[in-house]
Order: sequence, then structure tokens, then C-alpha cells
Amino acid sequence: MTNIENNFLGIKSPNPFWLASAPPTDKKINVTRAFEAGWGGVVWKTLGDQVKNVSSRYAALNHDGQRMVGLNNIELISDRPLEINLKEIKEIIREWPDRAVIASLMANTDRKSWHELIKRVQDTGCHGFELNFGCPHGMTERGMGAVVGQDPEIAKMVVEWVMEVAQIPVITKLTPNVHSVVPTAKAVVEAGTNGLSLINTIQSLMGVDLDTLIPYPNVGGQTAFGGYCGPAVKPIALKMLTTIGQNEMMKNIPVSGIGGISTWKDAVEFMLMGAGNVQVCTAVMKHGFKIINDLCGGLNNWMDEKGFATLEDFRGLSLNKVTHWEALDLNYHIVARIDQDKCIHCGLCYISCEDAAHQSISITKGIPYNKYMIKENECVGCNLCKLVCPVEDCISMIEQRKGDEYLNWHEFVRRGLPLNDH
Amino acid sequence: MAIKNNILSQEEYEHNFSDIHPPFERLSSALVEANRCLFCYDAPCTNACPTSIDVPQFIKQIVSRNEKGSAKTIFDSNIFGAGCSRVCPVEKLCEGACVFNLLDEPPIPIAKLQRYSTEKAIAGKWDLYLRKKSIGKKVAIVGAGPAGLSCAHGLSLEGIDVTIFEKNPRGGGLMTYGVAAYKVTPEFCQDEIDWITSIGGIEIKYNSMLGRDFTLESLKTNYDAIFLAIGVGVTRELDIPGEELEGVVDAINFIHGIRSMKYSEIQIGDKVAVIGMGMTAIDAATQSKRLGAKEVNLIYRRTEKEKPCTDAELELARLDGCNIIWLASPAEIIGENGKVTGIKCNKLSLVEPDSSGRAAPKLTGETFTLSADMIIKATGQLPFSDLLEIEKIEHSKGKINTFDNQKTNLSGVFAGGDCVNGGEEVVNAVQDGKIGALSILKYLCC
Ligand SMILES: Cc1cc2nc3c(=O)[nH]c(=O)nc-3n(C[C@H](O)[C@H](O)[C@H](O)COP(=O)(O)OP(=O)(O)OC[C@H]3O[C@@H](n4cnc5c(N)ncnc54)[C@H](O)[C@@H]3O)c2cc1C
Ligand SMILES: Cc1cc2nc3c(=O)[nH]c(=O)nc-3n(C[C@H](O)[C@H](O)[C@H](O)COP(=O)(O)O)c2cc1C
Repeated sequence: MTNIENNFLGIKSPNPFWLASAPPTDKKINVTRAFEAGWGGVVWKTLGDQVKNVSSRYAALNHDGQRMVGLNNIELISDRPLEINLKEIKEIIREWPDRAVIASLMANTDRKSWHELIKRVQDTGCHGFELNFGCPHGMTERGMGAVVGQDPEIAKMVVEWVMEVAQIPVITKLTPNVHSVVPTAKAVVEAGTNGLSLINTIQSLMGVDLDTLIPYPNVGGQTAFGGYCGPAVKPIALKMLTTIGQNEMMKNIPVSGIGGISTWKDAVEFMLMGAGNVQVCTAVMKHGFKIINDLCGGLNNWMDEKGFATLEDFRGLSLNKVTHWEALDLNYHIVARIDQDKCIHCGLCYISCEDAAHQSISITKGIPYNKYMIKENECVGCNLCKLVCPVEDCISMIEQRKGDEYLNWHEFVRRGLPLNDH
Repeated sequence: MAIKNNILSQEEYEHNFSDIHPPFERLSSALVEANRCLFCYDAPCTNACPTSIDVPQFIKQIVSRNEKGSAKTIFDSNIFGAGCSRVCPVEKLCEGACVFNLLDEPPIPIAKLQRYSTEKAIAGKWDLYLRKKSIGKKVAIVGAGPAGLSCAHGLSLEGIDVTIFEKNPRGGGLMTYGVAAYKVTPEFCQDEIDWITSIGGIEIKYNSMLGRDFTLESLKTNYDAIFLAIGVGVTRELDIPGEELEGVVDAINFIHGIRSMKYSEIQIGDKVAVIGMGMTAIDAATQSKRLGAKEVNLIYRRTEKEKPCTDAELELARLDGCNIIWLASPAEIIGENGKVTGIKCNKLSLVEPDSSGRAAPKLTGETFTLSADMIIKATGQLPFSDLLEIEKIEHSKGKINTFDNQKTNLSGVFAGGDCVNGGEEVVNAVQDGKIGALSILKYLCC
């Protein structure tokens, strides 16, 4: 029996899927619908001094017919009156006692502003705070959002102010618009944050309309840099998450994983890299709340198959499988193998290997279907052919070790072993 | 008499002869399919196309919204790319080779995508080609069908002045007068010809026929080279009693009528028997049904396995409600008062493969009779052997012998299309015209 209940910093939810602070969580109507659909929790759209938004706010990266592989936005924090947000949060907490409700906050960078905001929001009975140190646009110009997250000193100071008055768990949401999230993360952990979440959006320029020559999204003839999210950012988020989990000082700090999570598989990957739970935004903006069914169902089935009873059973299990390049085993060697029965002769493996890899696939002309075969002696095991192959399990990578023992780069150099001769 | 015209209402005609493969209505629909294309290397679809259109390339150009580039990719290989997208038997060419078939998935709708790209070019009269300045050389082409026009385009592009002699009052050959009316309209054929000739340097002299109005000799004195693209003629005789009866028609003439008259003016029987199982037979049968015939029987000597038409074509005939009679050959056409009343057929069985590699039909001695008031003969077209004899052009049973890229036995005389291959598809004729043009350019040292 699997149990996907989540306990993050003592905040309980029936599953580990929270909606990230964004439009899906900006008012009672949608949050109610989200909970009806089965979401475990919400991080309410960031609260603070009421703002005014522009019209024309989003733009998307489409690729080969896939829409919204990446999404960018130039929206600010909640543009609704704070009173209304607080009233609705209260009502939601009362109506949905088993779900997690976190308030995302952003205030001016002074102690008084933060104290006031925390106190007012805390009165709603929300279960935790998430500090928005990540928004990369609009708020930064006002000295908030990513500006805070990009400077460990400022971030530390703000968290210290917050911890002076917060009586519920505090999660600090980090910005990816830094060389490494580690310095800011360390600083806020030192300042006492209870948990972390990452990532917020990545600064971006989406593209240019080739008719009007105006970049997207077009706001009356101009645009501004926006925040990038969606499936395209997942690998960046995962890497940042891993750097926290591998850090001695922070390895026990709960992290809520965010960034490009669309399926249960993505979620499992984040948890394998140490996330205590996950947050989703773009996938819901594209498909609506219904995706929660497959997120929970897929997670359940996978845990069942793997024999994991609780989320804690597999959390962080892949963290130690990421190492420095120098530690990788140079004797490990794989070569591609094409299953000729499955091959549909599209030639994609051939041309990618021929033009862009190691010329390790041979072609035998046929009408109308050519035959493609791996030259095993030439194959370096780069995976490219397998990656481009459109047929499931047609190309597999077979292990053919170069030697029995583990041999890393340092040892290789120490022994003066030979490099490639062609 | 039983043979009538104007059986159906105007609405029924329009419905029956509307576009059999409707186009994509909008970009989004085309993109769904275009995005499925894998962009194969040395693509099987391209290899299966007689004109070698770079299919993955033009499809990716639809995706990248390089519409002119997409059309040009197609036309560079096949100047009849628009017509071919409607008439090609793609199930045995590009789409039949699509790798998705090997996954038991529907192939990419290549023809439909090709139509999407090329139709815009023709409708928008895009000038994708710039003719080189005239270099003062003249080539005569006989026949303004796909082969002739394809050759003309290739030559004119390089600055050759081309004159086409065409016996009909309209161009396009069987594209205009032969292909089923639910595949292409006369207007479409004319637009395509106008677009092809819009590069300039191509003059078409209509109503002028080789053998009647001029000879090869006269062309030789006035032109630097000649390309013969005269296609093949009417259907061969059945050589059985009753063939002279009223109601016995030749499929090519019958279809020619459909393509050049109003549907309401065409005479059609109540009970039609079509002899043959090639593309022409299928087209005659389906169009008979669509003109209002109550019963249509297709009669063929062999079995489904040996049939010359494609599965898709046979399926179309079946869907249109035609009956298929395998293993039967016409023995006698029966009539009363000079008019057809039925057809007597021999029942056949199959023995070992004959010279064509197909199982040979053999008489069983049994016969049966079908009642019919119209018999359509579609047993293969007869080549213009007499004309070739007179002009001393070497041929095999009426098919002009060519070697080394469309050369004939006569110096400076080239040939291509149905008159060489005996009757294949438009796409083969286009390819011959294209190769013929290159060969002529080489011959003229330009
Ligand atoms: C009923 C029918 C249906 C068909 N359907 C299809 C189809 O769906 N798809 C497909 O791809 N193919 C189809 N075909 C085949 C296709 O039409 C031909 O393969 C193609 O048109 C051949 O082109 P061509 O230029 O060689 O000959 P043609 O198209 O026959 O053109 C020859 C031209 O030469 C002219 N000509 C002939 N003799 C002379 C002369 N002595 N002097 C001057 N001009 C002359 C003719 O009038 C004609 O215009 C069909 C054929 C038939 C008969
Ligand atoms: C339109 C939009 C508005 C957002 N607003 C906020 C916000 O107010 N506060 C915040 O912390 N993050 C905000 N985000 C960032 C998301 O919470 C999330 O961190 C990011 O989108 C990455 O997750 P995803 O790839 O699942 O979308 C916003 C994102 C989008 C697309």
C-alpha cells in the first residue's frame, strides 16, 4: 500500500502537489476548483502592496508543434486588494481543512513593512509563508523580488526580520537568476528560514514578431524582460535543487521543488533529487487543474511498482548519483545497437551520427528503405542516435566495458594512459 | 432507348463530382500533420517519388512558415506539383513509402500538404522562377500534356524559345481530358498551365496536329531540337461481335466528354458494364455511378491479386457501389435494334504466370450474361504506332524507344511521357519532360 500524504515542515497535505504562487492561486474561485480537483495545497499568489498590471502579459516558446514548451510572463504580484485576498484565504482554510494553504509574500525592503505584512497575513490562519525573493521583473525595479534573492546579505536581513514575527513555518523561494543558488540559500538558512523552494522564473526575452519587429509580449509596441518557466526550465531547476541537497550545511533543509513540472515523472525526479514536495504552475496554466489526477495516479503506481510505501522512502535517493566529472569511470563504455526488427528506416540516427557525432553508423541503400547498422568499433556511446530515434526501444545502448576496474580521470592521467589517436 | 442524360439534379452532380480529397482549410490543420513528419534522412517518400520531390524539406518549410520556399522545393522537382498533389496514386508512391506505415500508423498526408503549399503559389501567381534571357535557340514540343509542358518549362527557364504544337484546343493532355472530374477541375488545369507558362518563352499552338498539319521533317528545319510528348490514343478494340452496337463506348472518349461537357449533357446508361480494371476502368465506372447509372459492373480477366489498379482505387469503386466481377472476359455484346441490351462473358480460371509475371487467365467453357445498356471499353490505350512508322521513329509495340535520357533513334529528337512508357501516371510524364529538357540542353550545348 502506498501513501502519498505529504508533510512539509509540519504542514500536511493529502498529496505532495501544491500549486505554485501564480494566477491559478490568485483568488477563491480557482483555489476552490483546484481543491475540488484534488490538489494537495496552494501557495497563494504573492501578497504585498497592491500593484497594477499591464495588458498583454504572457508569451510562449512553441517547438515543432508543441505549444508552450516554455512560458514567459511580465505579471507582477497580486493586483487585487489585500483585504479581499486575506478574506478569501481565511474562507478557504475554513472550507478545506485538510489542504495546505501557504501565503506568498513580498514587501518593501524594510523591517516595518515586512513585520506589518507578516502580522496581517498570519491572522488568516494560513499554514506557512513563502517569501518571494525571486520575481525577476517589475518588482526588482522597486528593490524587491529577485533583487533580494540575488544578494545574500539583503536576503539574510529580510529573513531575520521575518523570523522575528513569524509564528508559522517560513519557506524562502529562491531566484534562479544567479550563478549559483547556494550563497543566497546558505544566507537565508543561517537567518533561520525553515525551508526553501526553487525555482522562480528565469529572466528571458521570448522572441520577436517578424512582421512588426516588436518582441513578445507586445505591450503597445514595446516589451520588457519577463520570467521564463514551463517544461524547458526543468533541467535548470533540477540542477539547482541538487546543489542544495548536496550541500553539507543545507542537506536537511526541506525544499519544495518548482520549475517545469508537468507530469508525475517530473515530480518523482524532483523528489529523487531531494525535494520534500513539488509545486506546479505552467502545466496547470496550459491544461487546467485536472492534471492532478494523473500526477497522483502515476506517482502512486510508480511507488507501488518500486515498493516505496511513503514519499520519504525515496526522497533524495538519486542525490549521491551526481558527482564531479573527474570522478566518472572512464572504463565504462557503451555502444549503440539498432533492433532491425523495430527500425523504420527513417535514417535520423544515421544523419545525426554522420553530420554531428562520430560517423559510427553505416548505410546500405535500399528501395525505398535503407538499412542502418552501428559500427561498434567507432561508436563512442554518446547516445545521440538513441535520442533522435522515434521508435521506442529500437536503439539500445549496450555496456561493453573497456576494463574491469573503476578508472577516473585523475588515475588515467597519473598512469599516463593514451588519448585518442584520431 | 435506355441511355439517358440529365438523370440527376444540378445539386446531385455537384455533390457527386466535388473534390474527392478536400484540402486543408487552415494552417493549423496543416501544421498538425506537418509536425508529425520525422524529417527522415534519404527519405523513403522522396525515393518513392518518380520526380524525387524533397518531401521532408517542403514539409519542414510549412512548419517554419517559409511558404514560398516550400512551394519552390516542390516545383523544383516537379513543376506539376500542384496537379500531382491531386492526381498521384500516392498510396503506391510517397505515402505508401512513409515510415509511419511500418509503425502501423497513418502515413503523413503528403499529397494534402503538397496541395497546401502549391495551391497558394498558383492562386497567388507567385513568380518563383525567373527565365534566363533568350539565347536564340528554338525547340519544338509536340503535345501540351504533362510531359510536354514539363519539358517546356525546363527549357524556357534556360533561355530556350519553346513552341508547343497541340492537336486539342486546350492544353494539359489527359490531365485536362482524362483524369477523373472529382480530382481536378478544368479551371484548375487551366490555372496550372497558365502558371507554368507564365515564365514566358513558351508559345502553344493549339489545333495543330503532327501527321495532319505538319511533319517531323518540317519541324527539324525550323527548330534546333524536338521533344515528342504525344501520349497514347483511344482504347484498343475488344475484337468481339457486337462492338459496333450503339451504347458501346470507348472509356477515353467517354471521360473526355465528362471533362469537356456539362454533366447533364452526358449520355449514361442505366446498367453499365466496364471492361478492364486499370485506373481508366475505375474512373469510368465511378464516374458512371456518379452520373446516375443505377448499376455498374466492372469486369476483369484475373483476380484482385493481379489487378492493375491500386487498392485505394478499387476501394473507391466499391464505395461508389460498383459491382466487381473477377475472372471474366467479354465474349459477345448482345443487342436489339442496333442497341446494346447485354454482354455475354466467359468465365475464366487462372494458370501459371504469363510473360507479364501475372497469373494467366484460361477459359473454363462456362459463360454468363449480364444485362446492360452501355458498355465502356477500358482495356488499355492504343499507341500512335502508325504515326511513329511514318515518321520513322523506332518503337516497341507503339512505345517509342528511348535511350540515354529520352533520346530517340533520330538525332535531335527526344521523347517522353505516356508515348514512351505506354501509359503510366502524370508524375512519370513530368519526370520524363524534366529529364528531356536537361538532355536537350546538353545536346544544344547550353
Ligand atoms: C482515364 C484516365 C485517368 C487517369 N487518371 C490519372 C490519375 O488519376 N493520376 C495520374 O497520375 N495519372 C492518371 N492518368 C494517366 C495520366 O493522365 C497520363 O499518364 C499523363 O497525362 C501522360 O502525360 P503525357 O504528357 O505523356 O501525355 P498526355 O497527357 O496524353 O498528353 C499528350 C498530349 O499530346 C497531344 N497530342 C497527341 N497526339 C498529337 C499529335 N499528333 N499532334 C499534336 N498533339 C498531339 C494530346 O492532345 C495531348 O494533349 C489517367 C489516364 C487516363 C486515361
Ligand atoms: C503568470 C505567472 C505569474 C507568476 N507569479 C508569481 C508570483 O506572484 N509569485 C511567485 O512566487 N511566483 C510567481 N510565478 C512563478 C511560479 O510560481 C513558478 O515558480 C514558476 O512558474 C516555475 O514553475 P512552472 O515551470 O511549473 O511554471 C509566476 C509564474 C507565472 C507563469
